[in-house]
Amino acid sequence: MESLDTGAHVTPRASDVTPFAGRDCALISLATGITAENLRELRDGLMEAPEASLYHHFWGRLLRPHFDEPEYLNDFASWVYHSLREKALAERMSLVDPTDFGDMESVRQELVELIEQHLDESESVPWARGDQRFYFIRAQLVLFDTGLRVDHPAKLSALLPRFSTSSLYYHFIDARRRNHGHCDDFCLWLGAYGDEFADLVHRLAGLDPYFSSLHETRRRVADVFAEQFGLPEEEGTAGGGTAPGPPELQL
Amino acid sequence: MNFGLLDQYAEVAGGDVVDHLRQLAAPLAGARMLHINSTKEGGGVAEILRELIPLKQALGLDARWEVITGDQPFYECTKSFHNALQGAREVISESRLRAYEETNAENAERLRTALAEADFVFIHDPQPAAMLHSVPERKGKWIWRCHIDVRRPHRPVWKYLRTWVAPYDASIFSLPEYAQPLPHPQYLIPPSIDPFNEKNCELPSEEVAAVRERFGLDPELPLVVQVSRFDRFKDPMGVIEAYRLVKTLTPIQLVLAGGGARDDPEGEVVLEQVRQAAEGDPDIHVLLLPSDAHRTINALQRAADLIMQKSIREGFGLTVTEGMWKWKPVIGGDTGGIRLQVIDHYTGFLVRTPEGAALRTRFLLHRRDLLEQMGERAHRLVKENFLITRHLREYLTLMLALRYGSGDRIEVDR
Repeated sequence: MESLDTGAHVTPRASDVTPFAGRDCALISLATGITAENLRELRDGLMEAPEASLYHHFWGRLLRPHFDEPEYLNDFASWVYHSLREKALAERMSLVDPTDFGDMESVRQELVELIEQHLDESESVPWARGDQRFYFIRAQLVLFDTGLRVDHPAKLSALLPRFSTSSLYYHFIDARRRNHGHCDDFCLWLGAYGDEFADLVHRLAGLDPYFSSLHETRRRVADVFAEQFGLPEEEGTAGGGTAPGPPELQL
Repeated sequence: MNFGLLDQYAEVAGGDVVDHLRQLAAPLAGARMLHINSTKEGGGVAEILRELIPLKQALGLDARWEVITGDQPFYECTKSFHNALQGAREVISESRLRAYEETNAENAERLRTALAEADFVFIHDPQPAAMLHSVPERKGKWIWRCHIDVRRPHRPVWKYLRTWVAPYDASIFSLPEYAQPLPHPQYLIPPSIDPFNEKNCELPSEEVAAVRERFGLDPELPLVVQVSRFDRFKDPMGVIEAYRLVKTLTPIQLVLAGGGARDDPEGEVVLEQVRQAAEGDPDIHVLLLPSDAHRTINALQRAADLIMQKSIREGFGLTVTEGMWKWKPVIGGDTGGIRLQVIDHYTGFLVRTPEGAALRTRFLLHRRDLLEQMGERAHRLVKENFLITRHLREYLTLMLALRYGSGDRIEVDR
C-alpha cells in the first residue's frame, strides 16, 4: 500500500533505493624527495609537499603498518613528538582533523600556522637525530568496483565481516573526504531510506576510526550493524549481495 | 588458477586478503610480466622471486623469471657496484665497466623477444640494469627494483648507474631513506617474509627440542637470541654487554647465531672479538651456521623467550620480522626498518644502549604476562603488514597504477 503521508518525511520504499555498490582500493606509497631534519624544514616541506602527501600522512597511514593505539593522529604530530620531543606542538597538530576543513590546502595552512606559532615562541629550532628525518611520502590510490551489489541494509550487515580492510577503508574512512557533510558511504546509503535507519546512522557516525586498526574498525562497524539486524547467518545463507564472476570474488 | 596455493595463504593471511589479491589481479589477466635478476640460487632476491612468481601465476598472471649470465669480470664489476651502493669507496676500472655493458647487451639479445613484448619488466638490482638500453623496441613498462640499502651510495658509482636507471618508467626502493633523485616515480615497497618457507614454517616441538639439545641449551633457562651476520653494525658486543648486565640479577642464556664471514675480512675480526668476549661463559653460545641453516635458525627463534636485534644501523631487518612472526617480542635497535616493526612498548622495545637492552630484557623476563601479550601483538603486526601477500598486493597495485594512470586516485576498469 502506498504511503498516505503527504508531509516532508516520506519513507522511500526499499525497492526505490539504489543498491549499495561495493568498491575497494589499494594504496601504494611513493617517495617525494622532500625530507625534514628540523621543525623549520618540516614547515617548508609542508608548504611544498603535494596534496597526495598530506593525504598519505593523515589517512594513508591507516592502510600502512600501525598499531591499535596510536598516540597521535597524523604522521606529522607523531614525528614532532618522537623525533623532536615537542609534546605541546604534537598535541596541537594531532587535533587537526582534515574533515573539519574544506580542502587540503586549508589543512596545510593550519599546520604551517601551528608550526610558525611554535617557532615564534621557541628560543631555538628543534632538531631530530640524523637518522630520524621525516620523509614526505605520497600515495596513489587504485580504486575499483568489486561487482558487489546489496539491496538491503540487513544483507549488507551479513556481508560486512568479510569486507576486505581496504574496502572498509574506502567506504568508511576515505568516503568522509569525498562525500558532502563528511559522511561515510554506509551512512549515505542508509540515509536514502529516510528515517528508517536513523538510529543506525547515528551510531555509525559516532565511531571514531582514527584510533583503531582497520581490522578493529571493521569489527566495530560490523558489530553496530549486527546490533540492528542480528548476527550474520552462517556463510552460504546470507544472501543479497550479488557479485558477477566466480564465487571467490564475492566479498 | 592454482587454488591450492592461494588457499594455503588464505589460511594464514585471511580469506579477505587473498580475495583482495584476486580482485587486483583480475584487470591484469593476460599481461606478461618478466622478472630478471642474476641468479636463481642463493641470496634474498632469488628467494623473493621463488616465492612471488608462483603466487602471481596462481592468480592467473603470465609471470616469468629469467636470469642473466656473465663471466668473471662482469661479476667482479657487479660485486663492486653492490659494495659501492652500500657506501664503500670502490674504484671500478674501465675494462670492468665495459664487461658490464657488454654482458647486459648480450643478455638483452638472448632475451630480446620476451623483453620487447612483455607488458611489465622488473629488473632486480644493478646487474641487469643496463639491458633496457639494448631494447629500444620495448612495448611495456620497465621497473628497476633496488633491493640494496642505498642510503649513502659512493657517488661516482651511483652517477654511472644512474645513467642506466634514469630511463626506466619507475623504480622501487624498500624504504624512503633509500630513494634517490630520479626522473620517474619511485615506489616504496618494504620486503616481506613467506610463512611457508623453511625460515618461518611451523616446526614440530620435537625439532625445536632437538636443536636445543644439539647446541647444549638449557630448556629451563630463559633464552635470548640474536640472529645476524657478525658485523659491527649489528652490535653483537653490545648484546653480550646487555646479557652480562641482565645475568647479574636474572639467570639467562644467550645465542648469537649468524652466517659465515669468509668473504668479509671485517666480519672475521668481529666474530673473533665476539668469541673472545664469550670465552669462559657456558651460557653464551656463538653459532656460526651455514647459509642454508634455515630450519635451525627457525628452531632457535622458536626456542627463544625473546628476540634481540640490537643493531646500530639496519636495513629493513627481516630477522626482526621472522622473530615477531614466531610470537616473540623484539628488543631492537632504534634504527632503520626496525622502527617500522618494533612499535615501542607494544611489539617490543626500541633501545639505543646495552643498558637499555638489559633493562627491557629483565622487564620482559619478569613480566611474562606482558611478554606474551607483546608476542601476540608482534605476530599480528607481521600478519597484517609484512607477509608476502602484502608484498604481492603492492606489486599488483604498482602495475595497475602504471597501466591506468599517474594521478593520485586511479580508477581501474574491470
